Amino acid sequence: MTPSELAERIRVRYPDVIVARGEATVVVDRERLLETLEDLRRDEELRLDFLSSVTATDWPGRTPRFWVAYELHSLAHGHRLRVKVGVPDEDPSVPSVVPLFPTADWHERETYDLFGVVFDGHPDLRRILMPEGWEGHPLRKTEELGGVNTRFRGAFIPPVDRRTT
Amino acid sequence: MPVERLEGFRTAKSDAGSKEGFKRGLLLTKLDRAVSWARKQSMWPVTFGLACCAIEMMSTGAGSYDLSRWGMELFRASPRQSDLMIVAGRVSQKMAPVLRTVYDQMPEPKWVISMGVCASAGGMFTNYAIVQGVDTIVPVDIYVPGCPPKPEMLMYGILRLHEKVRTEGRIS
Repeated sequence: MTPSELAERIRVRYPDVIVARGEATVVVDRERLLETLEDLRRDEELRLDFLSSVTATDWPGRTPRFWVAYELHSLAHGHRLRVKVGVPDEDPSVPSVVPLFPTADWHERETYDLFGVVFDGHPDLRRILMPEGWEGHPLRKTEELGGVNTRFRGAFIPPVDRRTT
Repeated sequence: MPVERLEGFRTAKSDAGSKEGFKRGLLLTKLDRAVSWARKQSMWPVTFGLACCAIEMMSTGAGSYDLSRWGMELFRASPRQSDLMIVAGRVSQKMAPVLRTVYDQMPEPKWVISMGVCASAGGMFTNYAIVQGVDTIVPVDIYVPGCPPKPEMLMYGILRLHEKVRTEGRIS
């Protein structure tokens, strides 16, 4: 199915579908995320049974601030669909899709690590890339750019371009 | 370098040592200088390649450039058998404690070469993931610039370190 055919096919059930740059995207509420993914997977014509990526984007100043994106792929039919969920700043949480797609485990840990989006029901939600004890979530747009202090054995040593001596 | 040209050495050929003993080939020096000279002639680097600089470091050790000319072709896999750490590549924040542990396990005396701009100052990676200069974790003796440095540049840095070891080395 081409992206536009795919969009027309699912527009009946999920009206918020757009096709941009040859990619189909459907936006759903986070309360309906799990049932949507399960529905898209069960449907014989769609068979979106492979979750290739979970990630997020940060839009400070907009409502909702975060968008969590699930990239779905159909191994049987070869088409792709992106499911996006808006997440507000004051309650950055979405239900975990690990019960549906076990591969989402590390994807969700990475999204939590870098964006601070909490995945409710995740079996082991802790940092995966940054060191344990790291403060903040580095890919949020509100984080400071540039090199950070080296945190080592209780010392905080600034980057080379910020040293005073 | 021939031993006659090292400062502080006296051989039968030099005019200061014209006595009978020197004519028989006796060599006098300070113990510091002799030990330092021996140390710099055979430094064993620990294997610490982290990124693309490691490719140049391996090339430096391989046949074309041949670090064994200075008695140091043997990259040891154990820090216990090493006295030189060539930090070749960018150090991530998670790698920093590992690097310090390896450094702490090396026996004294030990030296560190920071190879490439990433290890020296973070380089292009001015971000949260990379340590902004490995000198925040371990004391660095020689900084080798470049991205990555050519084997000739690393060899120059190593030779400068040899000079430092020879002139500043102490056994106490």
